[in-house]
Amino acid sequence: MEHIISVLVENKFGVLARVAGLFSARGYNIESLSVAPTLDPTTSMITIVTVGDDRVIEQIMKQLNKVVEVLKVVDLTETHYLDRETALIKVHTKPEHRDEAIRIADIFRAKIVDSSPTTYTIEITGDVDKVEALINLLKPLGIKELIRTGRIAIARETTRTASPRREPALLKT
Amino acid sequence: MKKSGAEIFVESLRHEGVKTVFGLPGGVVLKIFDVLCQQKDIELVLTRHEQAAAHMAEGYAKATGKAGVVLVTSGPGMTNIVTGLADAYMDSVPLVAFTGQVSTNLIGNDAFQEADNVGISRPCTKHNVLVKNVADLAQTIKEAFYIATSGRPGPVLVDIPKDVSTDKAEFKYPDRVYLRGYNPTVTGNKHQIRQAAEAIMKAKKPVIYVGGGAIFANAADEVRELAEITQIPVTMTLMGLGSFPGTHPLSLGMLGMHGGYWTNMAMHHADLLIAVGARFDDRVTGKLSEFCPEARVVHIDIDPTSIKKTVHAHIPIVGDVKAVLHQLNVMLRSMDGNPAEVKSQRAAWLKQVEQWRNEHPLTYRQDDRVTKPQFVIEKLYQLTRHEAIVATDVGQHQMWAAQYFKGSKPRTWLTSGGLGTMGFGFPAAIGAQKAYPEKLVLCITSEGSFQMNLQELATVAEHKLPVKVALLNNGFHGMVRQWQDLFYEGRYSASYLGKIPDFVKLAEAYGILGLRAVKPDEVEPVIKEALKHKGPVLMDIHTDPYENCYPMIPAGGAHHEMMLEDPPELVNARKGGAHKRKVDEGEGVLPA
Repeated sequence: MEHIISVLVENKFGVLARVAGLFSARGYNIESLSVAPTLDPTTSMITIVTVGDDRVIEQIMKQLNKVVEVLKVVDLTETHYLDRETALIKVHTKPEHRDEAIRIADIFRAKIVDSSPTTYTIEITGDVDKVEALINLLKPLGIKELIRTGRIAIARETTRTASPRREPALLKT
Repeated sequence: MKKSGAEIFVESLRHEGVKTVFGLPGGVVLKIFDVLCQQKDIELVLTRHEQAAAHMAEGYAKATGKAGVVLVTSGPGMTNIVTGLADAYMDSVPLVAFTGQVSTNLIGNDAFQEADNVGISRPCTKHNVLVKNVADLAQTIKEAFYIATSGRPGPVLVDIPKDVSTDKAEFKYPDRVYLRGYNPTVTGNKHQIRQAAEAIMKAKKPVIYVGGGAIFANAADEVRELAEITQIPVTMTLMGLGSFPGTHPLSLGMLGMHGGYWTNMAMHHADLLIAVGARFDDRVTGKLSEFCPEARVVHIDIDPTSIKKTVHAHIPIVGDVKAVLHQLNVMLRSMDGNPAEVKSQRAAWLKQVEQWRNEHPLTYRQDDRVTKPQFVIEKLYQLTRHEAIVATDVGQHQMWAAQYFKGSKPRTWLTSGGLGTMGFGFPAAIGAQKAYPEKLVLCITSEGSFQMNLQELATVAEHKLPVKVALLNNGFHGMVRQWQDLFYEGRYSASYLGKIPDFVKLAEAYGILGLRAVKPDEVEPVIKEALKHKGPVLMDIHTDPYENCYPMIPAGGAHHEMMLEDPPELVNARKGGAHKRKVDEGEGVLPA
């Protein structure tokens, strides 16, 4: 099962290498990874999307906790959370497809952030399903280049747990 | 007053109580070596190879419980200690390695003798740091010692660029350490400990399984108390030997691949396993799906990652082994049931274990022609009156030493378990001898392992360290040859060592005493003479090249599937001469 793990670390050089090295050395997979400083500039948040059974995830959590510069590890999949990803998609646009591309972007509330006579670059932010749905719709037009940020995620406040967000267990259905 | 980085380094080591540093100089650490030679508190032991420095520090650490300290230069100096770091990481040995680095302005420029020390050592250290500013040096050293020796011990590397050792800063050694992300759990969870105590009281066929964690936690007394009040037999891993007296009636000796028949049978039939500071290594468990099929598992370990890593723990307890066992023993004593009752409850189980022991004890057949390696170990064990600190190398001789040299005290058994590093034993013995110049330190090794670090004969001679090296010379990488005989139809690919040096002459070349025993009846006199000699001795003892180490659980086998002797196919193949025997063609220095 897919898990989104938030790892709060000290903002020092080499820490990312240590965390990433831990995954490679033990044969765990990283589906996506994003890192940036938090509000406190002495710490950074690493968001890792990984896949594994309960035993593997338990080991990953423990191994991460063992790293001296790791301050906190949370498996967000165990809670209610929000996740977002941004993608920049450069699509080929033949003259007869330019309107279609704008329409598709509109439906997804994506923005056209760059334009050339033969391409549009579309920016989309959303959960993974939304980003992938847009990509699938744009594919027939011809995608020239695509870049994704990897996911970031944050826990919902406990008072909002009654939100209509799907349960974590249903994510993969 | 401001001090240079090199002075801060030496002062910091003095504050940590360091007496001995093992190392070898080079360009970027010259400033540090220069300060070292101008003071008397800390002695530098110059090794002939950096790898040996790391193993000496390991031997020192294992024997004393204090962190071993290594100091080497950048580039090749650092890469040469990687094996020692990896070895210490696998076996949880507290080690602080200081490596030189090129000046900060040169880092990343492929400078002379530059290597990415922190990058290379990252996967084989508990923690590592590049010090970029001399103002951070003292704090970093304090943290390094704290991390290396606390929690689950391990190696820490501190990388010091040349300019950091020459730059100056105010020196104040910090009196405490605060690390936001590092805080090992010491006390065990009371609820879990109560559950463990209840499981122990209910168990009919329990086994205590002790690993190296019990030794590093100084928990031998607690292990013994637990075993005696509950009358539960105790088995030890290779790393755990010495945590419980090998001669105690409740001792089962070592378990696993070359463990006793009775030990592994007890494991296989146990209904409760109390794992203490052990990590269920594959050499211990054998086939995982058939490991202790009937047992519930209590697992006590300071490292949460050890728990449920390979074997499910029904009652996990994270904490310091000594603290948790103390809590457990207090709880067990307060529970209902008197000692006599406990004893009678366990009688049937202990009787069963005894029966297994009598069915297939450890055995070998000594004749008057060829010396059996087991015979040598038994003689060493008898003639040292069990009082020696023993360091071993890796291979058959290590397993025989584990079987026949019954340790009685913690920190007297120094061996490379997890990484299985040939070349470990001799330098480890030197490190231990440096820590305890008055004690008898014995290195049990073989010609294969010894040749990997024999240059340290010079170190032994220079420091007049009276290490007694018993070299079991069988002309082969014995364990490899054993596997080739058993699983590769006797094709001795690269296991026969061919030209073996004359070890007596070699010892003499370094100015130390060399002795040789070719026949069985020469073994005892040689050992006696070695023990009588005041200085270092190298004993070249020729042993049977074809002796195999049993019992053995073949790779992928379960505990109850032990081989107890050479299988008939092998015996027949040997009779028919099917197995290639270069040795018999007259090459090498081997028994007639």
